[in-house]
Amino acid sequence: MTYAIQVHDLTKKYGNLVAVNNISFGIMQGEIFGLLGPNGAGKTTTLSMLSTMQKPSSGTATVQGKDVEKNEDDVRKAIGIVFQDQSLDEELTAGENMNFHGRLYRIPPDERDKRIDDLLRLVELYDRKNDIVKTFSGGMRRRLEIARGLLHHPSVLFLDEPTLGLDPQTRNHLWQYIADLSKEKHITIILTTHYMEEADRLCDRIAIIDHGSIIALDTPQNLKNGIGGDIITIKTPDINTVSGVLSEPWIHRIETHNDEIRIYLRNAEQHISDIITTLNQENITVHSVSIHKPTLEDVFLSYTGKTIREQEIDGKEMMRMHMRMVRH
Amino acid sequence: MDIIYTIWLRSMIRYIRSKSRIVGSISMPLFFLLFLGFGLNSVVRIPGLGENYIEFLIPGMVAMSVLFTSVFSGIQIIWDKQFGFLKETLVAPVTRMEIMLGQTFGGATTALIQGIIIMVISLFVGLKVQSVTGFFIALGFMVLIGISFTAFGIAIASRMEDMTGFQLIMNFVVFPIFGLSGALFPISSLPPWLAPVTMLDPLTYGVEGIRYGLTGVSQINPVLSFMVIGGFACIMTIIGAFLFRKISI
Repeated sequence: MTYAIQVHDLTKKYGNLVAVNNISFGIMQGEIFGLLGPNGAGKTTTLSMLSTMQKPSSGTATVQGKDVEKNEDDVRKAIGIVFQDQSLDEELTAGENMNFHGRLYRIPPDERDKRIDDLLRLVELYDRKNDIVKTFSGGMRRRLEIARGLLHHPSVLFLDEPTLGLDPQTRNHLWQYIADLSKEKHITIILTTHYMEEADRLCDRIAIIDHGSIIALDTPQNLKNGIGGDIITIKTPDINTVSGVLSEPWIHRIETHNDEIRIYLRNAEQHISDIITTLNQENITVHSVSIHKPTLEDVFLSYTGKTIREQEIDGKEMMRMHMRMVRH
Repeated sequence: MDIIYTIWLRSMIRYIRSKSRIVGSISMPLFFLLFLGFGLNSVVRIPGLGENYIEFLIPGMVAMSVLFTSVFSGIQIIWDKQFGFLKETLVAPVTRMEIMLGQTFGGATTALIQGIIIMVISLFVGLKVQSVTGFFIALGFMVLIGISFTAFGIAIASRMEDMTGFQLIMNFVVFPIFGLSGALFPISSLPPWLAPVTMLDPLTYGVEGIRYGLTGVSQINPVLSFMVIGGFACIMTIIGAFLFRKISI
């Protein structure tokens, strides 16, 4: 196996704010690799550096063996990008947007026209080829952008929050496209997302990124297994007494989070009655109990002590403070 | 070259589709021409430049149309920045110089077409083209004004975050450039303290060049006009390219 992307000690600073902090990872050829983390964690900045849009403050990165700083043009030819924000020309038709892209990447005219038609068929937009993009829905625009990103036959495709703001049905559709794409065209795909489900369903491997650092990197299954079995969540007013009374050997770990107790253990179904009995004996009020299999959300929580949503609010606050500092 | 052509082509497609923009940017110089032209025609006598104020005004209005269209075309890069399309071009394996030149030529072409439309309309209110050579001289000056001020717009857009500053630029930079240029009045009629300011305005030379081409008379030697506006076009293109290189999104 060879690497499509290699990153060593990559760092990006904006003044005092460290957006990406000393990250290193490798992505295999043909892999779907996910950067998962809250908004403001540094995912887009990482992608910007890998796509030559921003210069790293320190560290190195190569895409298909080409250095992102020294071989800018070679890297650009090798990659296709779908940005987080839309980057289509709304005044042009779907076909014209594709044509413009083909010309920018210097694809010969005959080849260009053929590929445009093929790709528009692939994303089911062929019959809308001559319609102005302004009339397209969010999902159609996304699909057009993906088709456009593939036009110059990139060997690596960057997808920055590919399904942000789309309805669940369109999202499901797009996931299917992306999965098929990776299988049929053997393209290496690196995507950023803050949707746990998206990362779980699509990615071969996931790097969880928070405050600019990679805190975990593995397959979704391994990440979830790493948590140590199932999770029982108990809501109770007597949070602090619970961990004292539950000391059975089959309990892996107990954490408190807000007004909840989270108990990590194997075979939760077998043990739940024991736990409830114990709590009743100790006269601890139980408002609610639930069992669930670990999700990536739990992985994130166990690594950071916060849910991704809480982390996002913090991140926004930090960003706001930073902007204020910059302004004054 | 193919990349510059691609960017130029996009400008053209967008221009042709924006009917309201075409009409909108013709209306202003056209109204000026009609109201000022007919309103002042009987009261204004310009010594040495014929007895007809409208004829004097026409080259100025052509220049105005070119000026405003080109500045606007350049500043439009901000829309591309905001709507994300600029990223698509910046991440392609092309140089920023090619993108900038494509935009500049696109803007200049748009401005030239707008100027020609005003010229054609002017034929009905008194424009008498002196000679074919003169017509092409006028076109040449229009191209140079177009390049200068599209590049100027790109330079400004490269430093601006959004369109909020646009009105400010229009009122405090572009309008004075127009007002001081001798598009509305002969520069010789200005008070001595204001005349030097007019001579510092690059558009003055553009207007005088067009006026020479269309009417055969001008107050500034056309060769000098050509050198000044030509030089200005080069300098603005270099400044625009330099600032565009540093654009960040």
